[in-house]
Amino acid sequence: MIVMTKDTMQIVREQDVVPFRNRVREMCTKIGMSLVNQTKLITAASELVRNMLKYANGGKVVLETISKNAQAGIRLVFVDEGPGIADIHQAMRDGFSTGKSLGLGLPGAKRLVNEFDIKSATGEGTTVTIIHWKNGR
Amino acid sequence: MDRIPILKMGPFLLVTIQVDLYDRLALTLENDLISMVSKTGARGVLIDISAVSIVDSFMGRILGNIASMSRIMDAETVVVGMQPAVAITLVELGLTLQGVYTALDVEKGMELLQDKIGIFEDPEQEKEGPDDSDD
Repeated sequence: MIVMTKDTMQIVREQDVVPFRNRVREMCTKIGMSLVNQTKLITAASELVRNMLKYANGGKVVLETISKNAQAGIRLVFVDEGPGIADIHQAMRDGFSTGKSLGLGLPGAKRLVNEFDIKSATGEGTTVTIIHWKNGR
Repeated sequence: MDRIPILKMGPFLLVTIQVDLYDRLALTLENDLISMVSKTGARGVLIDISAVSIVDSFMGRILGNIASMSRIMDAETVVVGMQPAVAITLVELGLTLQGVYTALDVEKGMELLQDKIGIFEDPEQEKEGPDDSDD
């Protein structure tokens, strides 16, 4: 896998979310991703930045354009230093939330993108990595 | 602070969302809409989201909230103009917007609202409201 571009954005306020979504959209357009796949990726990204803001008071996102087997894609890594997730298994279940939300954020985001990885340690923070390929497969 | 304008059109309130929503803006809209329903006695709320490219779980929840809150206040809500990519994404996300009426465009949304509140019912029945829903 080759990383073609790399960029980092700090997300500390709610207002940072819109420019962040626009940045992801630009990257998607640049590699020629279809509108449906763009929408899926940006929606997943939107869920994940919300989590970061809500549970960890923000964090940073690494945005990369990547390429594997001549296929272009976008990789987003959400890194926070929040309280971490005690039970990832539970957090990935539909309808589970420690906040007052619908509990669709994490499992929903996973369904929307091609690759999803989450690592978390209590007291240290959470890192979520998602990859979405140009053709959505 | 940013605000989304709410227009009053006869017995209806009309909202066209032209900007990308962040959470607080959506919450403000929810509040403003419900107070407007109460203030104006509106019987229907039409929300046009044709310019909205992203609806995530939070925004979806707000739409659902607006619909349930207005219903309690005797107003129906119709969401119109959802982009196909948004619809595909919402369902995959796991959000089916249950309890929210939808229509393809503003015109069809208006018809649906008029239908729902029975504006063009028989003049005889108009005063009382023909259907008493009991749940």
